Amino acid sequence: MAISVDTPQESLELSKQAGYTFTILSDQNTEAIRRYDLLHTGAGINGHDIARPAEFLLDSRGTVRWINLTENYWVRARPEQILEAAKVLQ
Amino acid sequence: MLSLFAFLSYPLLFVRAAVTRDFPWANLLLFLIAMALMVWGLRRAFAPDRAHPLPSKIGGGVLATLSLIVLAFFIFTVFVWARLMPASHGAPQVGQQAPDLTLTDTNGKTVTLAELLSSPVGANTAAATDRSAIPPKGVLLIFYRGYW
Repeated sequence: MAISVDTPQESLELSKQAGYTFTILSDQNTEAIRRYDLLHTGAGINGHDIARPAEFLLDSRGTVRWINLTENYWVRARPEQILEAAKVLQ
Repeated sequence: MLSLFAFLSYPLLFVRAAVTRDFPWANLLLFLIAMALMVWGLRRAFAPDRAHPLPSKIGGGVLATLSLIVLAFFIFTVFVWARLMPASHGAPQVGQQAPDLTLTDTNGKTVTLAELLSSPVGANTAAATDRSAIPPKGVLLIFYRGYW
């Protein structure tokens, strides 16, 4: 699922326009973002705090099995990389 | 006439196409071609046998400078600006338990990590109420910057 500081309405718009079927969640008060130490202060529009990009693959018990903390926000994990990492969940 | 052609021979590649690959080879290649054409055009503009030398030199100089600025801007935003992110040393490591989350889905409903791990395929789909569906093998959390 995708998590950002966008409001639920904004995420719903995005989801509809792009035809996403996965769950998009909002973390407007950045509570989850801070708990995961992903806060990027002032990097959003108008100086808002946003999340730095990161992906976490959890197993069914909530244990972290794979993470991707990209050094460059243009470079994100590709689907093949995530699918490869997800094999450990079998 | 010749000076006009000299102006038009400078390709201003303001190509800041979204970088969809890990390293912008295509964009850099385009910039390389643009720079080569620019150099070629500049040489024509500054050639001693030009009919109207001054407009060609001024135009050539201006366009060349603009091209270089665009290239510098591109290199800065892609290689420098995009890396200015916090180190996130406190983020959960492999093997650690993921901290709990309480977030809002697109319908305004509150969702926790425990619910995400136990309910199949998202909280607001038909599969969520299907008792025979298998719980997910895991959850992929994608934190993104937003504003897409």
